[in-house]
Amino acid sequence: MADTKIGAYICKGCGIGERLDTAQLAMIAQKEGKAQVVREHEFLCNSQGVEMIKNDIANEGVNHVVIAACSRRSKAETFNFDNVAISRANLREGVIWITPADDDKKEIVQEMAADYVRMGCAESLKMQIPAGNPSHGNNKRILVVGGGVSGMTAAIEASKTGYDVLLVEKTGSLGGWAAKLHKRVPNTEPYANPMDTGVADLIKKIESDKHIKVHLNSTITKTSGAPGQFSADISTESGGTATENIGAIIMASGFTPYDMNKLPHLGAGKSKDVVDQLGLEALAKAANGGPIKRPSDGKIVSSVVFVQCAGQRSDKEGELPYCSGHCCNTSIKQAMYFKDQNKDIDTVVMYTDLRTPGNGEDFYRSAQKKGVIFTKGVASEVVPGSELQVKFQDKILNEDAIAKADLVVLATGQVANSGVDIEQVPQDEPGKWAANKQSVLNMVYRQGKDLPLLKHGFNDSHFICFPYETRRTGIYTAGPVRRPMDMVQAIEDATGAALKAIQAVENASLGRAAHPRSGDLSFPTFRREGCTQCKRCTVECPFGAIDEDEQRYPQFNESRCRRCGTCMGACPVRVISFENYSVDTVGSQIKGVDMPDQFSEKPRILVLACENDAYPALDMAAMNHIQYSAFTRVIPVRCLGSINTIWVTDALNSGYDGVILMGCQKGENYQCHFVKGSEIAHTRMSKIDDTLKQLSLEVERVKTYEVAITDIQRAPALINEMAETIQKIGMSPLKF
Amino acid sequence: MTDVVATNETILVVGGGISGMTAALEAAECGKDVVLLEKSPSLGGRVSQLYKYFPKLCHPTCGMEINLKRIKANKRIRVLTLAEVSAITGKPGDYTATIRISPRYVNEHCTACGACAEAVAAEFDNEFNYGMGKRKGAYLSSAMAYPQRYVIDPRILGTPDAEKAKSACKYNAVDLGMKEETVNLKVGAVVWATGWKPYDANKIQPYGYDRYKNVITSVEFERLMDPFGPTGGKLVRPSDGKEAKNVAFIQCAGSRDRNHLKHCSRICCMASLKQSTYVREKYADDANVSIYYIDIRAIDRFEDFYKRIQADPKVKFIKSKVANITEDKATGNPILHGVDTEGYHRYDNPHDLVVLAIGMEPSVDASRIMPGVKADASGFIDINATTEAVFGAGCASNALDVNRSVQNATAAALRAIQVVNRVSRAEA
Repeated sequence: MADTKIGAYICKGCGIGERLDTAQLAMIAQKEGKAQVVREHEFLCNSQGVEMIKNDIANEGVNHVVIAACSRRSKAETFNFDNVAISRANLREGVIWITPADDDKKEIVQEMAADYVRMGCAESLKMQIPAGNPSHGNNKRILVVGGGVSGMTAAIEASKTGYDVLLVEKTGSLGGWAAKLHKRVPNTEPYANPMDTGVADLIKKIESDKHIKVHLNSTITKTSGAPGQFSADISTESGGTATENIGAIIMASGFTPYDMNKLPHLGAGKSKDVVDQLGLEALAKAANGGPIKRPSDGKIVSSVVFVQCAGQRSDKEGELPYCSGHCCNTSIKQAMYFKDQNKDIDTVVMYTDLRTPGNGEDFYRSAQKKGVIFTKGVASEVVPGSELQVKFQDKILNEDAIAKADLVVLATGQVANSGVDIEQVPQDEPGKWAANKQSVLNMVYRQGKDLPLLKHGFNDSHFICFPYETRRTGIYTAGPVRRPMDMVQAIEDATGAALKAIQAVENASLGRAAHPRSGDLSFPTFRREGCTQCKRCTVECPFGAIDEDEQRYPQFNESRCRRCGTCMGACPVRVISFENYSVDTVGSQIKGVDMPDQFSEKPRILVLACENDAYPALDMAAMNHIQYSAFTRVIPVRCLGSINTIWVTDALNSGYDGVILMGCQKGENYQCHFVKGSEIAHTRMSKIDDTLKQLSLEVERVKTYEVAITDIQRAPALINEMAETIQKIGMSPLKF
Repeated sequence: MTDVVATNETILVVGGGISGMTAALEAAECGKDVVLLEKSPSLGGRVSQLYKYFPKLCHPTCGMEINLKRIKANKRIRVLTLAEVSAITGKPGDYTATIRISPRYVNEHCTACGACAEAVAAEFDNEFNYGMGKRKGAYLSSAMAYPQRYVIDPRILGTPDAEKAKSACKYNAVDLGMKEETVNLKVGAVVWATGWKPYDANKIQPYGYDRYKNVITSVEFERLMDPFGPTGGKLVRPSDGKEAKNVAFIQCAGSRDRNHLKHCSRICCMASLKQSTYVREKYADDANVSIYYIDIRAIDRFEDFYKRIQADPKVKFIKSKVANITEDKATGNPILHGVDTEGYHRYDNPHDLVVLAIGMEPSVDASRIMPGVKADASGFIDINATTEAVFGAGCASNALDVNRSVQNATAAALRAIQVVNRVSRAEA
């Protein structure tokens, strides 16, 4: 690689030129920042300004650019040059917009700007242009696990896009539970009648598609590798094991119906005439349009009660706390099986909240028109007998009542086939991975065999805006394994998952990161000779990207990495770094600040702010003319998890008077897009008090906060609070 | 002139809300070229006007920041704002989209320094706040606005304000001579993500939205929580600025009703449950929330959130379709009249403020997109009756929450990719 040649560009626009002595900033960039090319410009983001920079890149050999202008969030597309390391010194939102224009403040404001220029140059000097992950794989085949509607849809859609697919199904046939349905809930106008399931068509498409290879009666006994280079051992029908290479994985392992025998009070297991929804589908299939007969004696059913939320939405031990989403529509459909055959059959749907969102409302109305009775009530007991008695509390009349029926259908819920709960099951020793019958993927990952669960046994994403953001890069869940859902949603979900899998293999082949740092070409490396094999990085990586090799050194799987830097923050001996983000790139900024002496009454407050939430909050504070202390020096970090405590200790040792860490909300409703980063940082910082005591510093000098992007007023207030604290407790004695 | 390079391997995404942004990004991050159109001056759509999301109570701007960062970094996405489709002609894999771009009167030289807004005196109702409060005649719709470029309201043209804005700008960014443009783009596939609009609350006569100041909609309620919104983040009622501590939510306002929207809008139950936490956040134990509902549709694991709110002693659930609202002239309190169907009690309940959990209807009736695209009875794109290369995404295709919109938009992006991949294979 060519030698680093820094070009520093100082903008005078947006009032920077009026408020600051840019000539002095230029001198600092040159003398202290070691920038070989330094230019001031009236209006850097206009075409001449950009051309000037491009010209220096092309003709002057500038390969590191420091833009001293507005925030890195502004004009990001304008200051985007290929194959150049870019740093931003935030003089607008970071300095002139958050400080008063008063003459008596001019000096400290100028010092703030000067420090940001120093910091930008210091960062630039330590940065390298990311070259992209060299150990990437190019396999673009997609593995789909599960041959139900979700899996088949994902396979067909991926194939239609031009990708080869390997479909593994554990049973002897495709179709999953949907193949056992008589009909499905309608997905089209007029949303009035049950319709064909369409499963036969899906199976036909799979069977006639030469780009989809199907393994029936097969399970995955081992999954290893990374996006673009996964390998899966498949125990096949013949009893052998086939090893297949694939680029990405869609886990569509579906659900198991809740075991209704756990509901004896509702007659399950006590009367043959109490069935679950799948039991009723079997009866309807057998009847094939004729009268539905009940299991016990073959009598034609003349009255049926559907008990909604059977064993669901329940706080009872062993029952499901959640709602399975599809069951209201499913019971409506099943009531129509009866009504469409003979309108005189009594059909009662007993519910607490009828949940038919969207056009399901039309389906609900259609059932009402067909004479289906809907009763708001909670069934407490089903008494077996030749005529079943459903004891329930009528919620409208507020009284106990009994409904009689030939047949009772329990609308039970979906239980996810999500494999092993890796938080609960003790992990095997790496290298001794035995196939686990419950596991779906049997992953050879340091952090466990299956995907981490979100809640209630489902493998959903935690993020509302990013439903496909899984914690194992290149592996996506689809269908009811990720969240209870109906067929309409499962089809959409599987189609989306197919896109994400395709995107994962495309990104992997280019050595690029996946969401949320999409396109990032940097990746972590470590200095083996310095490593103490402490395992912190392999344990703390939120994405299971780091395994351990035979000698217990970390083994980075770069294509699994999401570039958050949590490993870098975890490393006590600081051997982990990214080309453009390292202990040095940040450390040199911290040290680059010009530290006034103890008697100057010019404290320095270091703020390490999450670049996605706290940093934008400070930016928006600036846009709203909210001021904070000019003694502040803010450094954006990829994630609070990437903060190595050495930065904090170094800052204190070099005389900073206060240090503030601003990360995202942690805990159950965590907002950290790197999952555990903020939480880990809080834990690490909880031990900082000891360090402070050793340095004979007050504990108030270091604070860690959860800051949301909307904390536009609070974030500056927290900084000002620290400034007040310092005023109270005095300057740090550790200045040199 | 707007220069956009597009070919029949380009995907056109219409609508820059969360669904459109998602479809555009997911396609672009698969290596496809995308043109993303937004009719308003900035991206973000309705989610950018929300205070929090259910059920996590996290902030939509957080995800927006990630998406904007992805857009800024991705050279395959071309964003056109103030842009609307006037026609799409051609056939799958070979469409011509005619796009009308309204003048912003501010060009790419804008640095978002804000000098023009300071210079301008005229103020207009703030559409970002659903008409509550005012904004300047030169404005940035919010601090998160992208593109980060000011807009001159056409209503100040020809007034001294226009000239003031122009002379305040040091960067020649204000261009009062800017004209409407029409561009024709060649595209292979279209993702239609024009989103939703709140049902017109004036049409629900018995609830008196048009007559009583203290009856507002759920989307307006969101804006009250924004510290930079119309009330400076105070939860106060419109008539007299009194603290709104006793708040009623009326579910199915316009939804599940043959006279209005016959579909269920899906999000409103969860939205009201979420908004009940806003009242608690502001007034702690002085808060009193009443939710008037038919069914609480807290589907799948949202049930957890419902249980959490049910456990709150300050939130009451009343199973009732509210019959009508009157106003106590002396206090300005809206009074809700109806029958609690659990036990059949009549009630006449006064509240400080009433929030209508307003229904969702598609912004654009799908039958008007282009020949071949069919709408269902509610105007949503019928998934089974679309053309081979125009795909609905998000709330243009169904009443969806954010999570489902994003899934749906991701699926739509793949369908569009399939079309352009077919084109590129045919041309290879």
